[in-house]
Amino acid sequence: MLDKVDALIVGSGASGAAVAWSLADTRMRIVCLEQGDWVKPTDYPSNGRDWEARLFSDFAINPNRRARPTDYPINDANSPIKVVNFNGVGGSTIMYTAHFPRMHPSDFRVRTLDGVADDWPIDYATLEPYFAENDRMMGVSGLAGDPAYPPHQPPMPPLPLGKSGARFGKAMNQLGWHWWPSDSTIATTDYEGRARCINLGHCTPGCAQGAKASTDITYWPHAIRAGVELRTMCRVREVTVDAHGMASGVIYYDAEGKEQFQPAEVVILACNGVGTPRLMLNSVSAKFPNGIANSSGLVGKNLMFHPYALTYGYVDEPLDGNHGPPLCLWSQQFYETDPGRDFVRGYTFQFGRGVGAIMEAIVSANAGRLPWGEEHHGAYRKLVNRRIGLSAICEDLPDEHNRVTLDPDLKDSSGIPAPKLDYTISANSLKMMDHGIARAKEVLTAAGASNIAVESPILNGGWHLLGTARMGTDPERSVVNEWGRCHDVKNLFIVDGSIWVTSGGVNPTSTIQALALYIADSIKQRLANLFD
Amino acid sequence: MQNHDLSADQVRDLRALAGMIIPPSAAYDVPGADDEKIFNDILRSLERDRDDIRRALSHLAAIGGCAFADLEAERRTEVAAAFREVGGAPLAALVRVVLLCYYRDDRVMRSLGQEARPPFPKGHVVEQGDWSLLDPVRARPPMYRTVD
Ligand SMILES: Cc1cc2nc3c(=O)[nH]c(=O)nc-3n(C[C@H](O)[C@H](O)[C@H](O)COP(=O)(O)OP(=O)(O)OC[C@H]3O[C@@H](n4cnc5c(N)ncnc54)[C@H](O)[C@@H]3O)c2cc1C
Ligand code: SF4
Repeated sequence: MLDKVDALIVGSGASGAAVAWSLADTRMRIVCLEQGDWVKPTDYPSNGRDWEARLFSDFAINPNRRARPTDYPINDANSPIKVVNFNGVGGSTIMYTAHFPRMHPSDFRVRTLDGVADDWPIDYATLEPYFAENDRMMGVSGLAGDPAYPPHQPPMPPLPLGKSGARFGKAMNQLGWHWWPSDSTIATTDYEGRARCINLGHCTPGCAQGAKASTDITYWPHAIRAGVELRTMCRVREVTVDAHGMASGVIYYDAEGKEQFQPAEVVILACNGVGTPRLMLNSVSAKFPNGIANSSGLVGKNLMFHPYALTYGYVDEPLDGNHGPPLCLWSQQFYETDPGRDFVRGYTFQFGRGVGAIMEAIVSANAGRLPWGEEHHGAYRKLVNRRIGLSAICEDLPDEHNRVTLDPDLKDSSGIPAPKLDYTISANSLKMMDHGIARAKEVLTAAGASNIAVESPILNGGWHLLGTARMGTDPERSVVNEWGRCHDVKNLFIVDGSIWVTSGGVNPTSTIQALALYIADSIKQRLANLFD
Repeated sequence: MQNHDLSADQVRDLRALAGMIIPPSAAYDVPGADDEKIFNDILRSLERDRDDIRRALSHLAAIGGCAFADLEAERRTEVAAAFREVGGAPLAALVRVVLLCYYRDDRVMRSLGQEARPPFPKGHVVEQGDWSLLDPVRARPPMYRTVD
């Protein structure tokens, strides 16, 4: 048996890294177990001529396609939206597109304001200092003064508008609609030892330049210097409990595949909105026959994605294509509930700069836009680098039918049962998506685009994994309390997107990390009586 | 090179089909996808799509009644058109691999006005753009909902 540690974190992604760094100043003995490995800058696709091809192989965003030994399979057959993620140091921030909006004050009060779902037990004001701290640690570029948000000051200037951004800006002005340069975790200046963005334009499968803030190059170097031990290639099978029903540690398989037991005073789960419920449901004991900390029966339930409705078109001149970070503008014109619409809540538009030459060919071939034969060449040249598009990131409301369970047959390479999804897009979300598509068509038309096409929902668009171990004050209606501690197990915490009560209509990582920092602070403030 | 697991007939069929999907063009000064260098790249790159591509090629041969590459030109066109209608996901995988290899060929990239190099380390230039476009938005009052 290994020596007991004070705090054991499972998962080294967005939230695991933030919580590790924050807790490090307690001088506790902290270990993080991560099933994947470090990714070296030289591993990233943009180093080689096959950079676009690798999005379909070892850097595919869908783990079922990528199928590295460090990935786990996901049965997504019963979901129109497929989970995408990355398993390694940095977690899914290795693959994220670095769009970094915060939730809004209203997002924490949807029951009070709109009579749907539940209010959060915390609010924007509570998280505000943690948003700011996280912005500093991750390194956010953006522009102060956005009327869609309470005031805040990103530490670096915004990403360039480029040709596509200027076109969108003009179109939005013509329509009289809000738009603003996005907060983004891409360094636009040299920042804290990280080099600035040089517009490789291939941010999603990892940034060879180190300009994109994945947590392996932001939080982790600081956390490790402060004494946190990060053990890679260690896949946790289950959280164990002692005779008193407290978490006693975890059983995991180490890099050699050997089973290990790591005892711990406190266990913190940071495996994301699918990995965490999977691990909890796999943690069965006499005390918790339905999975650890699951007396509410809500572990795995209320899975929320943000269904993405993508609308795009083609203009008559070459734009930026894949040059530059793909996301640089947002609009929150349709964010807040409007009683005049046939749905509640709303969405953010994120504007896309363009795509690479191969991606254009593949997407257009699938959509039937590219003829076979002689005409292929002429048709393709009217498409390449001429695409502009925007996606509505729709707020998904919690619904217990949308859930993560364990697949009875499917297992990962360590023999651990894999997650299974059952997910349906709600009527409210569908109406919101239709609204977003109709507005997006107006934007594209104003921007001079034609040949307009829609992908709704984006199939491989399950990047935001939320709600599957929700936060609340009522142990019958929630899994963790208002500072991330499981109601049932007082030394078990959850810090990833699982704890979200509602999803807002924004990319979630800024808020996931602010929550992780807030929970870490709550732990630090209560160290003397943490288990009361 | 022999890492593709295709039979000799399937290799010939794949090459013939790739050349039909993207033939050479004198007008654009580009080779077809059946060009030797590009086709070798295709054979090397079947990877995670190998099974689908084998399935697609069996389907293609079944539609034609014999090896696709052995058909007369006119019949090939008919068979290819029929296959395009019914090929489904395996055909999509096949087309994807053809495109992946075709559009990274130096000659093709140059004809598109693109530099034949990886993005890193040189990167690209993206213009700042005219930030005064944002003036009307800056002038807007706060638009987020306030809560108590
Ligand atoms: C393609 C893509 C694009 C995205 N774009 C954006 C964007 O622009 N903006 C945004 O806000 N968000 C984006 N996201 C989402 C963002 O990456 C996630 O919200 C964020 O990383 C979630 O953080 P997390 O800590 O909850 O989990 P993750 O970052 O996913 O980390 C979980 C970690 O836990 C590890 N783990 C899981 N189970 C185990 C186990 N049993 N044992 C050991 N380790 C385990 C995993 O290997 C992983 O490293 C994107 C995601 C993807 C995939
Ligand atoms: S565009 Fe910038 S952030 Fe994205 S991969 Fe290139 S250098 Fe990195």
